[in-house]
Amino acid sequence: MTTAFPILLSEEEIRKLLSTIPDPEIPVITISDLGVLRQIQWNGDELEVSITPTYSGCPAMKMIEQDILALLKEKGIEKAKVVLVYSPAWTTDWISAEAKEKLRVYGIAPPQHTSVDKGALIGKPKHLACPRCKSEHVEMISQFGSTACKALYKCLDCLEPFDYFKCI
Amino acid sequence: MKNEGLFNYLLRLADTNLILGHRLSEWCGHAPYLEEDIAMANIALDMIGQANALFQYAAKTEAKGRTEDDLAYMRNEREFVNTLLSEQPNGDFAMTIVRQFLSDVFDFHFYESLKSSKDEMLSALAVKGHKEVTYHLRHTTAWMERLGDGTEESHSRLQKALNELWCYTDDLFELNEGDKRLVKEGIAVDPASIQNAWIKTVDDVLAKAKLVKPAGVWQQKGSREGIHSEHLGFLLAEMQHLHRAYPQAQW
Repeated sequence: MTTAFPILLSEEEIRKLLSTIPDPEIPVITISDLGVLRQIQWNGDELEVSITPTYSGCPAMKMIEQDILALLKEKGIEKAKVVLVYSPAWTTDWISAEAKEKLRVYGIAPPQHTSVDKGALIGKPKHLACPRCKSEHVEMISQFGSTACKALYKCLDCLEPFDYFKCI
Repeated sequence: MKNEGLFNYLLRLADTNLILGHRLSEWCGHAPYLEEDIAMANIALDMIGQANALFQYAAKTEAKGRTEDDLAYMRNEREFVNTLLSEQPNGDFAMTIVRQFLSDVFDFHFYESLKSSKDEMLSALAVKGHKEVTYHLRHTTAWMERLGDGTEESHSRLQKALNELWCYTDDLFELNEGDKRLVKEGIAVDPASIQNAWIKTVDDVLAKAKLVKPAGVWQQKGSREGIHSEHLGFLLAEMQHLHRAYPQAQW
């Protein structure tokens, strides 16, 4: 039996579905873990998904948009649009404890502060530890790393360089 | 047009971010060492990202069917209202750092103030921009101190760059009649209100960097009305070439 309209999924079901989409740069966490996926809303028969950029110039946003539309299409939802929202501004506070552990296992030191702590942006993170050997004997190589959201550090004990997910 | 003042104000902010972001991107592959190359590209990306959001909002405000790309790539020199400082050539690394530092200090105080704009979108973009520029300013401040209080050569190059660029600093604080109306409405920032904070931050860093603030310098202005130095035209020719030659180009 075919129906004239696709069976519409509820907003909650769609959230669950879209929550499986990995971040294009850091595939061990999802766009939901990261806090990039915001509102999901049916406006009549059109689905509107809002996402927020981590950094203004994050080049992954376009890809995330395409991933969302492709997955929705696969589930029969053709009439959908993705909108970028800027408020509230994204913060590393939205990354869950579970996702932070996934980052660490992947080799990226997770953000250490809450964004409320001023030291987060302008000082050295308090208890930044090497994601491999957990030594806190580390040093910054560069404030800027391979993506807008990361800085580059090295461990002075195991001597490995590593990415640090900076706090904003 | 009903929102002409706001549209033009958004162009001022977007153009400045785009042009300075483009200038920084010219360092990509040429910076003194790899980490700095990445830093420059990162800062450029933030600025061009901010420009993109501002252009989108400007296009929506204008409501004439133009897109952010039309605004960035299809306007001519005299239609651009970016600051004179943002369009100055990269020069040596000292010149780039001084230009970026002076601009970051301005943006830092500007965004702080713009956060309380009555325009919701501007306020949201200011919150985001402020987080990013705080990080940029930390980077450029570190370079100012390191090079200013460094070797004889690094010090003299920084001082020379400061002397050359100082004549474009008053231009940062210019506003036109439309801006003045937006200030009254609580939408725009009155640049005069952040001038003292700008001077104080700059003075503090120059003192630590053992640099001397140029005094009695004749000030070049005009960018708020679209009057530019000779450098902008060349920049636009390069930046806009591909889009104009192949209008539907995608990658």
